[in-house]
Amino acid sequence: MIGIIDYKAGNSHSVLNACNKLNINCRLISKADEFSDITKIILPGVGSAKATMDSLKELDIIDILEECVLKRGIPFMGICVGLQILFEHSEEGDAKCLGWLKGKVVKFDKSKVRVPQIGWNKLDWKKDSVLTDNLDKENAYLYFVNSYHAVPENQEDILAVSFYGQEFTAMISHDNIYASQCHIEKSGPVGLRILNNFAAL
Amino acid sequence: MLTKRLIACFDVINGMVTKANQFQNNIDIEDVTSVARKVYDMQIDEIIFYDILASAEKRKIDIKMVEKVAAEVFVPFTVGGGIKDAADMFEVLKAGAEKISVDSMAVRNPMIISEGAREFGSQCIVLSMQVKKVGKSDKIPSGYEIAIDGARVFTGMDAIEWAKRGESLGAGEIVVNSIDNDGTHQGYDIDITDMICQNVGIPVIASGGAGKLEHLYEVFTETGASAGIISSMLYSPKIARNYTVREIKEYLSGRGVHVRQYI
Repeated sequence: MIGIIDYKAGNSHSVLNACNKLNINCRLISKADEFSDITKIILPGVGSAKATMDSLKELDIIDILEECVLKRGIPFMGICVGLQILFEHSEEGDAKCLGWLKGKVVKFDKSKVRVPQIGWNKLDWKKDSVLTDNLDKENAYLYFVNSYHAVPENQEDILAVSFYGQEFTAMISHDNIYASQCHIEKSGPVGLRILNNFAAL
Repeated sequence: MLTKRLIACFDVINGMVTKANQFQNNIDIEDVTSVARKVYDMQIDEIIFYDILASAEKRKIDIKMVEKVAAEVFVPFTVGGGIKDAADMFEVLKAGAEKISVDSMAVRNPMIISEGAREFGSQCIVLSMQVKKVGKSDKIPSGYEIAIDGARVFTGMDAIEWAKRGESLGAGEIVVNSIDNDGTHQGYDIDITDMICQNVGIPVIASGGAGKLEHLYEVFTETGASAGIISSMLYSPKIARNYTVREIKEYLSGRGVHVRQYI
C-alpha cells in the first residue's frame, strides 16, 4: 500500500488520480497513526519549501516519515518541493529542511532565464535506475514548474539532470530515496511510466 | 533545454466546449471531458479551460467538471472564469487543476493576484489579458488597451503597464490574448506579444489568431513567447483544415523549434 502524504499546500489529489489510473494500491495519509500498513511513500509538492516544512510540522509526521524512510528503508518518492525539502536548506523562505541528503536548494538566475521555469524539459540520465525500466530515455521529456532547484553535495545522488540556463538536478536516487523535480504525475505517459516503476519496486 | 509549449484552450459553457469568434457566436462542440481526453491522447502539452459565463452569471466554476478532467488527463491544466478569491482558487486546485487563470476579476481587484501567489505560489497564478489595438496615446503608450468582461468593457489601462504590474504582484505566467486576432485564423499579434515578452521576466503565452503552422513558427521565432495557444487549429469546424498535435510538432521540430517530441 502506497501512502500519498496529503497536506495543505500539496497536490496530493493529482498524484492520487495518476495512481488510480495505473491501478496502483494507494491512499492519502496525513496522520502519524495512518502509516502502519504503508509500504511505500510519496510526498507530492507544489508551492514553497517553507510552507511544505511548516505543513509537515503541523501534521506532526516528520518523526514517523524518518522512521519509515531512514530506519526501515521504505521506498520514498518526493515530487517537486518534495524533492527540495530532502536537502539541508532552501533559499526559498530561508527554510531549514529535512536534511536527509546533503546539499542545498537555490533559485534560478533571473538575469539568464524566465523564472519560474514552466514547461517540458528533456532529461539527461546520469546513472541506471529501475525507475527508467521500459522508458525511452532519449525522448524523456517531463513537465517542470520551479523557480528553485537542488544542488546536491554528493554527485552520486543525481539520477538525472536537465538544462535551464544552466544544468540543474532533475531526479535523485539515494538508496531507497527517490525524488523528481519534475511533476511525474502530470508528464503524460513518460511520467506515468516512472510512477509505475516506483510502485513496482 | 526547455521546449516551446502547445496549449489547447477551451471555452466552456455548461460543460460543453465552444469556440468563440471574436467572443461572439459561440458554437457548441462537445462534452469537455471527452475533448480533454482527445487532446491528451494527441499529446498536447497543456490545456486551459475558461468557464466563460461563470463570471457574468456570478457563479462559481463547475468543480465536478474540473475533477472529471483531472481523472482523465495527465498533463497540466489551467482553469479560469469566475474566480474571485483564494478560497475559490483552493477549490479548483484541490479538484486537480495546476493553475488558475484570472482576467476581469484581477483588473477589478489586483490583490487577487498577490493573495493567490502568497497562498499557493506564483506558479499557480496565470494572468490572462485581453488586449486591443487602439493606437498610441498619452494614456496608452503601447497602443494596446486592456479589455474585460468578454472583451466588451474597456478599462483605459495600458497592456504593458498591466503586464508589469501583474508580474510584480506575483503572477507566474501571462496569457496575451489579442481581441483583434482572436478567431480570425490570421496569426498571432506579434507586436504586442513581443513587447510584453521584453517587459516581463515570467513566461508569456501567445493567444488569439493561430490558424496555420507558420503562425506558430512566427511567434516562437519572432517573440520570446514560451507557449502558443492553438484552439481552432485542432478542432474548429470553421477553419480551412484542422491539424493534429503531431503534425504541428513535426513541422516546428523540422524548422528548428525545440518542442517536446511526439512519441
